[in-house]
Amino acid sequence: MANIRNKDWAAYLYLMPVVTILLIFHVMPIFYSLAVSFYEWDLIGQPEFIGAGNYMRLFDDPMFYKSLWNTLYYAILSLPLSIISSLVIALLLNNPISAMGLYRTIYFIPVITSINAVAIVWNFIYHPDFGLLNKILAIFSIDPQTWLQDPFWAMPCIIFMSVWKGLGYNVIIFLAGLQNIPKHLYEAARIDGASRWQQFRHITWPLLSPTTFFIFTITTIGSFQVFSQVYMMTPRGGPLKSTMVVVYYLYRKAFEQFEFGYALSMAFVLFVIIFACTLFNKLYLEKKVHYS
Amino acid sequence: MIKVKNPAHIAIHTLLIIGSIFMLFPFVWMITTSFKGDDEILNTSKSIVLLPDLVRPGFLNNEEDQSRIDRRTERERLWALEQEKPTGERDKKIREPFKWYDNYLYAWRAQPFYRFFLNTLFVTITVTAVSLFFASLAAYAFAFFNFPLKDTLFMLMLGTMMLPQQALLIPNYIFLSKLGWINTYMSLIVPWLASAYSVFFLRQFFKQLPKDLYEAATIDGCSRFQFYYKILLPLSKPPMVTLGIFSFLANWNSFIWPLIVTNDTNLRVIQVGLSYFSSEAGTRWGPLMAASTMTILPLVIMYFLAQKQFVESQATTGMKE
Repeated sequence: MANIRNKDWAAYLYLMPVVTILLIFHVMPIFYSLAVSFYEWDLIGQPEFIGAGNYMRLFDDPMFYKSLWNTLYYAILSLPLSIISSLVIALLLNNPISAMGLYRTIYFIPVITSINAVAIVWNFIYHPDFGLLNKILAIFSIDPQTWLQDPFWAMPCIIFMSVWKGLGYNVIIFLAGLQNIPKHLYEAARIDGASRWQQFRHITWPLLSPTTFFIFTITTIGSFQVFSQVYMMTPRGGPLKSTMVVVYYLYRKAFEQFEFGYALSMAFVLFVIIFACTLFNKLYLEKKVHYS
Repeated sequence: MIKVKNPAHIAIHTLLIIGSIFMLFPFVWMITTSFKGDDEILNTSKSIVLLPDLVRPGFLNNEEDQSRIDRRTERERLWALEQEKPTGERDKKIREPFKWYDNYLYAWRAQPFYRFFLNTLFVTITVTAVSLFFASLAAYAFAFFNFPLKDTLFMLMLGTMMLPQQALLIPNYIFLSKLGWINTYMSLIVPWLASAYSVFFLRQFFKQLPKDLYEAATIDGCSRFQFYYKILLPLSKPPMVTLGIFSFLANWNSFIWPLIVTNDTNLRVIQVGLSYFSSEAGTRWGPLMAASTMTILPLVIMYFLAQKQFVESQATTGMKE
């Protein structure tokens, strides 16, 4: 290593490209959006200072609350679904079975594919008249539903598709977590006559909890960033705005209704929410998880 | 071959296979539908027909399938008869029967998909290559040099990894529109040329290299930049491949940013093109499935070529799209 007293000013030359771009496109926008959120602005005319006006309006906007609730609903429903299913698959894959690599490959395929393309495929699967889902339900004599056009079912349909798509990712994280649990704990438990369920309840689950919490927080953060599937599967926020999530509402306000100041106040609130979750994740959880 | 040593493993395999079918079936359905004609897709009957009429063995057909196939055979016969007539006398009402590649042809003609692919490839490769180059320079500085504010800068850079991209969309859009970069390749490329994550990842890798490597090289008269491109770069192929794949995936699949900053068809990337095609094609499910298949295919091919790095690049980044 170079001498401590040596000051390598040339280092700044090497850092310049990355630091400049990060500052301009990733750090400044946060301050900029905070500043502009105090103005009313359509991007073309003159910005008009309205103080906390955008924020007052935001906290009075029933559609904003609806979008927040829809986002939370997305998180609340997808969390248990995604954690339980990926944990079950990871537990199955954690056995010394053959063809393990093949299974990992298969479960991971949806993760790498484009959300837009799979959204189109699921649109077809959910189609009320020609869709696969209604045809499968018909086998069990269950009445057909209109799925994405139904205010009750639209969001669960999107959630189900998203869980399917992200499952393989959580499986990999859980597998890494499971492999970090010392084997001798299970041997000791077996000698003491612990059943499989007892081993899971008293060894696997508690020792896996940092991994579970990690998945919990990244899924929550991911929920607040959902956009593509909503845009592709339920145009205009779905039936009775039942799938209007925060990012989609923000997109509409800015790029369809050109209320940039208002959209920026929303972006800033979104930033605060996600940043708080991420900070919590980094400070309290990531240190305890060895997921790579 | 799956060999079973432990009887309990039969149950495990059964469950995993059911799961695998569930994971893969949407793709199978997508591919088989992309080879079906409208009369096959738009059938409201209760039976599930997986294979396209063109390849399904006869014994699988029920009455309904058989009558559809008979209608098709009849259409083919009429079409062939019509083709024997001179061009002017043909009956316009007799349309050409469905051929296996028709959905792909329709999609390819309805939107300039070749252009979307070229745009996406151009943006993806440029961003991947340049961002890796920039990141390796910065990682080199962080790993080997001492300079004022080093730790502060490094912490700040790690901090930017926690900033949610969705909240930055609008301020960045406003900024780029002031620069006059909306509807240019610049807007698709420049903001993504810096990746704090890549810098972090490469710095960790450089730190693991033997410490006397740098000293030995500089004593031998190697300049700083020579050390970087003659020794460091050739050594860092494995992390570069992992990061490269991650960047390729992220850029190939990126949607909301290109949707916002471009509306010119000539600049459209594949994901945006696909979304436009989806709203335009409505219920033309055959061409829609063909377009989806074309979008996913390059990713799946890459995945099978470099599976290990794919899983690693995803699992180590802790990021989702």
